[in-house]
Amino acid sequence: MPLDRKIAYIDLTTGDIQIKPIPLDVRKKFLGGRGLDAYLLYNHTEKGCDPLSPKNTLMISGGILTATCASATARTHVMAKSPLTGLLGSANMGGFFAPEMAWAGFHHLVIKGKAKHPVYIYIHNGEIEIRDARDIWGKSITDSQWALREDLGDQEVKSLVCGPAGENLVRFANVMTGIKNAGGRSGMGCVMGSKNLKAVSVRGTMDIKIARPKEALEYNKRFIDQIVSAKVNQTQGALGTPFIWGATNSWGGIRCRNFQYNQCEYADDIEPERIDEICEETMGPYHMTGCFGCQVHCRAQYKIPEGPYAGVYDEGPEYTSQGAFGGETDTPRAVTVLTGNHLVDKFGMDNLETGSLISWAMELYELGIITSKETDGLDLRFGNDDAVIEMIDRICYRKGWLGDTLADGGIPASEKIGKNSFDYLIQVKGMSNLHSDERATPGLALNIATGSRGSDHLRSRPAIDLYHLPEEVLRKIYGNPVPYDGPLSSEHTEYIGKPWQVFWQENCYMGVDCLGICKYHTTFLGATLPNFEDWSKVILYNTGLEMTPEEIWDVAVRCNMIERLFNLREGLTREDLKKGDMLNHRYFDEPCRRGAIDVVGKKIDKEKFIKMVDEFYEHKGLDKNGVPTPERLKKLGLDKEPSHLM
Amino acid sequence: MESMGKVLVINYEKCTGCRLCELVCSVMHDGISNPARSRIKVMKWESEGLYIPMSCQQCQDAPCMNVCPVKAISRDEELGRVVVDYDVCIGCRSCVAVCPFGAMSFNTIDKKVFKCDLCDGDPQCVRFCEVNAIEYIDADDISILKKREAAERISIAGKEAAVLQAAA
Repeated sequence: MPLDRKIAYIDLTTGDIQIKPIPLDVRKKFLGGRGLDAYLLYNHTEKGCDPLSPKNTLMISGGILTATCASATARTHVMAKSPLTGLLGSANMGGFFAPEMAWAGFHHLVIKGKAKHPVYIYIHNGEIEIRDARDIWGKSITDSQWALREDLGDQEVKSLVCGPAGENLVRFANVMTGIKNAGGRSGMGCVMGSKNLKAVSVRGTMDIKIARPKEALEYNKRFIDQIVSAKVNQTQGALGTPFIWGATNSWGGIRCRNFQYNQCEYADDIEPERIDEICEETMGPYHMTGCFGCQVHCRAQYKIPEGPYAGVYDEGPEYTSQGAFGGETDTPRAVTVLTGNHLVDKFGMDNLETGSLISWAMELYELGIITSKETDGLDLRFGNDDAVIEMIDRICYRKGWLGDTLADGGIPASEKIGKNSFDYLIQVKGMSNLHSDERATPGLALNIATGSRGSDHLRSRPAIDLYHLPEEVLRKIYGNPVPYDGPLSSEHTEYIGKPWQVFWQENCYMGVDCLGICKYHTTFLGATLPNFEDWSKVILYNTGLEMTPEEIWDVAVRCNMIERLFNLREGLTREDLKKGDMLNHRYFDEPCRRGAIDVVGKKIDKEKFIKMVDEFYEHKGLDKNGVPTPERLKKLGLDKEPSHLM
Repeated sequence: MESMGKVLVINYEKCTGCRLCELVCSVMHDGISNPARSRIKVMKWESEGLYIPMSCQQCQDAPCMNVCPVKAISRDEELGRVVVDYDVCIGCRSCVAVCPFGAMSFNTIDKKVFKCDLCDGDPQCVRFCEVNAIEYIDADDISILKKREAAERISIAGKEAAVLQAAA
């Protein structure tokens, strides 16, 4: 049964390992994956703990449906207090790790303490051991994984590793598995590094009994048919996420030169079709690959076509790398994007954060806020491809003054650089924004301002807001599984109804993250894709657990609330530019200079923005300060946290 | 019989490596998710992006059938498959040892050998593989398809040569 997968508490300081069942009543409240991790984080970390101290607790999990006969249950979730933001740290990745961990008997790991020397955790069919990783320390993301397989003598082992960036305590280091499946954002690899934990390796051949196998199989088929019939997924399956670049850049939703422009010009070389051409030339006609059990297969395979890394194999690049190493830095050349993408994969470093900080430093350099003294002679002007590639290496290995400074993250770097450098930093809660520009899309602006892990497009983005769907279609989507009869608008430049859309999406994404399913299988980029109603059936057929769509919604609301409680406990205040639900002044002061006719000139109206946040808080059950009302906490059963049920 | 003479054909170049085939195979046969129970298995070389699904070839002169000391393995001509009679099988695993494709496996939980049975004519791996890396087609058609592909390559090569010649 999926529900008999266990939780292990591992103390790296003492070597103590405790294996326990996950109580059913806790399951019903938090399901699994990110939701249950959030509960564990709140209950297992002390207020104000240093994220890099042994006291920080690292959670690794699969969802309640991981490795069952549901569609694309490939996601692994990692959570801890973030060394980048000092608030909630959370990362989610595809690949094959979480399913293997489920076949090895586990859904959740809670890792505390710090090992005396580099170690890795090996989990095999219900058993856990801590092993020496001194020989593996220092190796790249992929070399580490192959070395672990050699060490264990098993080519089927799946590993979750931190790379050199994590070892060097780069505050936005990733946890990774496979070639490029990255648990990015908020520095979970840095937490691993701080614990001397190089990797977690798993291998499992334990049965997961499906509650109603025939129905689960048939429903999975129906689910897949629905998912692959969506045009957005067909495009994604052919071109990967780069397909988003073409449309978004053309209307003016891409940050260019940090935040100076909202469109990247002369970018033909990184258009999705061009990237696809390179993939085909270097890997052949069938160059798409997929995560466990997924028929979307959105990940491209490529070899770097030229330059010092010519011929090196990697996967991607994702839309995020096009923006990070092409758009923001104004270096729209394929070889730069593909090489940059490869380097962050190899080092285990967040591509979004890296590109965003480099482009910020470029703007500071051009403004004279930093000079060639701080860059150790590097000509850090926009458009300098070599400088981008060089900076990636310097950040990972903390080389030079600027590399070392940026490795600590945007806010600490701005404090070190001083002057008015902070004014140019495009971040929320200390986490840099994706390369997207939200000045013309208030709904998306609200999403990044209120995201629980900082500026982020994967926590609550109403991406379908860009499709101008008729109001009755919006009502059908956003009026389920709980009724909503407030205003909604098909216009993406409007402020009306967006708070509810953001609230709904926040719960939808929490839902998939609790199940362990990929967001491309729900209402993210595709308006017709499954959500709460389908999940109710999928959970029943696979686990036997009966939950109505409304009950799943309640779980999502509850889990989002516990993330909020954690952030409030660690210092979130509403209008704090460094720790709050607030945007950089540039969103309100600098109008868009490029893009579609209804985008040029747009900026966020601060008054309307504040009203949106008010309304969003109301939906969430928060007061004007963003603090939950006692009534809402009671309703969600969170009035006695920390409750230490586990 | 409609399925008579049909065979599984794997085109590994199309495989995305998602392993859904392994999942649905084990759920279909045992009601359990566990790739260790799957009759089909995707072998991977991740560092090259190479994925090759391996399954039973349903050999005519099957080594597993020949080696079986108790004659528990036979050919089912109706579905064109090699089948194990579990009433006769003694679980000696000689078939596992002798299969040149590694397609005969041993399940350590149920203590039984197991192999692809083509899901009695409706192979689930084929049904779920959206990229058609695994197909279930008439044995006669395979060589025709391959002839067509080869002919296409020759034609393209011819045209490219003509262009080169013209340019020279």
